[in-house]
Amino acid sequence: MNGTSQTLLRIDGLTIDLPPDADRPHAVEDASLHLDRNEILCIVGESGSGKSMVSRAILGLFASSKIRIRSGSILFNGEDLARATPARLRALRTRHIAMVFQEPMTALNPVMKIGRQILEVLDVHGDGPPQGRRQRVLDILEAVNLPDPPRIFDAYPHQLSGGQRQRAMIAMALVLEPDVLIADEPTTALDVTTQAQILALIREIQRKRQMGVLFITHDFGVVADIADRIVVMQHGKVVEQGTAEEVLSAPRAAYTRDLLAAVPALKPPAGPTRFDAQPDVLRVEGLSKTYGLAGWLPGSRGRQVQAVKSVSLTVRRGETLGIVGESGSGKSTLARCITRLIDPDGGQIRVNGVDLVPLGQRALRAERRRMQMVFQDPYGSLDPRKTVGSLIAEGPIVHGTAPDAARARAVELLELVGLDRRALERFPHEFSGGQRQRIGLARALALDPDILVLDEPVSALDVLVQEQVLKLLADIRVRLGLTVLFITHDLRVACQVCDRIAVMRYGEIVESGPVGQVFARPGHAYTRELLAAVPGRRRRIGFTAQEAP
Amino acid sequence: MKDFASRFMRNKPAVLGLALLLFVVGVALLAPVIYPRSPFEMVGAPFQPPFGAYLFGTDMLGRDLTAAVAYGARVSLLIGLVATAIAVLVGVTVGGLAGYFGGWLDTVLMRVTEIFQTIPFFLFAILLVAVLTPSLGSVVFAIAVVSWPPMARLVRGEFIRVRGYEFIQACVSMGMSHRRIIFLHILPNALSAIIVTGSLMVASAILIEAGLSFLGLSDANTMSWGYIIGAGRSVLRMAWWVCAIPGLAILLTVMAINLVGEGLNDALNPRLKRL
Repeated sequence: MNGTSQTLLRIDGLTIDLPPDADRPHAVEDASLHLDRNEILCIVGESGSGKSMVSRAILGLFASSKIRIRSGSILFNGEDLARATPARLRALRTRHIAMVFQEPMTALNPVMKIGRQILEVLDVHGDGPPQGRRQRVLDILEAVNLPDPPRIFDAYPHQLSGGQRQRAMIAMALVLEPDVLIADEPTTALDVTTQAQILALIREIQRKRQMGVLFITHDFGVVADIADRIVVMQHGKVVEQGTAEEVLSAPRAAYTRDLLAAVPALKPPAGPTRFDAQPDVLRVEGLSKTYGLAGWLPGSRGRQVQAVKSVSLTVRRGETLGIVGESGSGKSTLARCITRLIDPDGGQIRVNGVDLVPLGQRALRAERRRMQMVFQDPYGSLDPRKTVGSLIAEGPIVHGTAPDAARARAVELLELVGLDRRALERFPHEFSGGQRQRIGLARALALDPDILVLDEPVSALDVLVQEQVLKLLADIRVRLGLTVLFITHDLRVACQVCDRIAVMRYGEIVESGPVGQVFARPGHAYTRELLAAVPGRRRRIGFTAQEAP
Repeated sequence: MKDFASRFMRNKPAVLGLALLLFVVGVALLAPVIYPRSPFEMVGAPFQPPFGAYLFGTDMLGRDLTAAVAYGARVSLLIGLVATAIAVLVGVTVGGLAGYFGGWLDTVLMRVTEIFQTIPFFLFAILLVAVLTPSLGSVVFAIAVVSWPPMARLVRGEFIRVRGYEFIQACVSMGMSHRRIIFLHILPNALSAIIVTGSLMVASAILIEAGLSFLGLSDANTMSWGYIIGAGRSVLRMAWWVCAIPGLAILLTVMAINLVGEGLNDALNPRLKRL
């Protein structure tokens, strides 16, 4: 950064073998990079790019003994970690090179108090006098801005929020004052506002302690907010590296340009369409749902959570309404109440004027075809034992379409979502995540629904695939004149696909309006907070991409 | 399906188990052909040691032990299979209903299952056979009654797991009936666990049957392995083979079934073995 940079970690020609039955021979091929003191180096890439493998190779933390380093060196203070003994690596871990993982829920031991887990790190490395250790743990908890450190010290992981757990993880990684911090997707499992806080914390601590931080992520927005330098990886190879400025504003590799262009813009597409003249297709009024965690004994009252509090909304024909919110805001419960996958406690759900709430099992079953859903998880949302053809044709057959006609329609639908007709006889596991979401969409469209409910349909996808699926959705929506309810936590995605937006928090809609208005002039403080937390705003990631033809 | 067969065939112990099991089944099927006379018939002097005039020798009444063991295979396998079939049917029904519908039905069915599990299963089986008077039917019934609860618990767990996938919600939102979802979507996804556990249940059913007939709680007119051991125990010191040979038959058969069961498990759940 300022001339006196000292290289902490230098990786040269690193090649990592995958097990023989994997889809490619090497997880990482001939990768070279270096990490200096007092900088944040981001390794960015899609899933399967080998970015996590690089970070795991440094500390010898492979998930399987079949994955091993074939060649290359990882120099840390002149010592080659690729050839270090397991005992030596163990001594280095956390003391000199520490790691923070993605999942704060599973990376902490659930039956051990937070303080005890951090103390353990000090005990294992025999660091400093035992009497002073407790105070050191309290100090580090304070350093990561956790409120009331003595209380956190005696808390179990489940008693903390996701963001607090990730702070505790960072505290644990930093307690021995390492030179290098490796953070593998540390904010991916967090909400956007929490993510912004954790990113700020990592930045602050890195500056204060002059550490080198190796930050692994798939999200270019996060990269733009935090990186000093950037390494872009694809298929196990380094395709580009340089300073953040260079890579973000003048990317040299075509792949980097594609990735940057695929980040959805935070500016609604031109020409907002008004749907005021169209009839209401969906009208929800006063919908509520309370989850009662039933008490252990009959009659005892358990804890109750009001997931949806008297929500009302209207979607007009051809319109896409986006419901955005963070986890726990009730947006998924709302979607599942509207599709009657969950029984609401009260309210009305009128689809073309017919109220679905009072319907009995049998009547409801017939009405269900009016509203179809596409789910988040591309792996769990298709029955693994059915062929794609029967998955798509099954709905219409259940509703009385002749099997031949249903299968013919399945072929049309596959073509509509951009898949080959040969897909009919194949099983879901033969397809990639993006293709599976296309199959899920074809299945939903097979019943000719009035309303399509999309629950985070692109959240599990890589950014390039996400771009393609979003394009497909936009195209089909216009072609078929679909009415869509789009649930998402991602404001960038919402901005691109929705005509109107409703922002949810704690089970209530706090603000709603046309997308341009909500994004340009947010009326509610929470909406402003959400918008400010969207990663990549500082460097206007996604804006430049939009302006290019 | 081809994958499954090739994965199974690559597992050496499982193939050995399958060969052994096929041999036992073959002997059981062919017993009346090889030994047309009743196994209870006396053929020569008592207490002839094995590998003499008769392959496995004779017992204290001069009956051919080879014929007895061959006929015993029929009884053991038949009881094992029928009792397991009944137990699987009951277990899958109870567990499936509990896991799919949940709520009060789950509570009631699982409490009933637990009541069965609180009684020591072998004592319970003895009690049932003693009350119903020993016969082939009562032995099968007793074994089935004590074997279904673990299957019910397993199937309940599997149903709850599969039910949690989004594709089941997709089925519901397409307007499918409960019956269709259970039989066409959940059951096929739970089948591998049921097959594996079911195959291991056959082995334990054979053991329970042997134990019961050792205690004299079996049909006096059927020659089973446990019955031969029970009859031979009083002459154990002068004619060890009367007990040892049917005992060995039980050991090998149960081992064969267990090997096949584990081979099925590895072949049906290939992902469990990796890492």
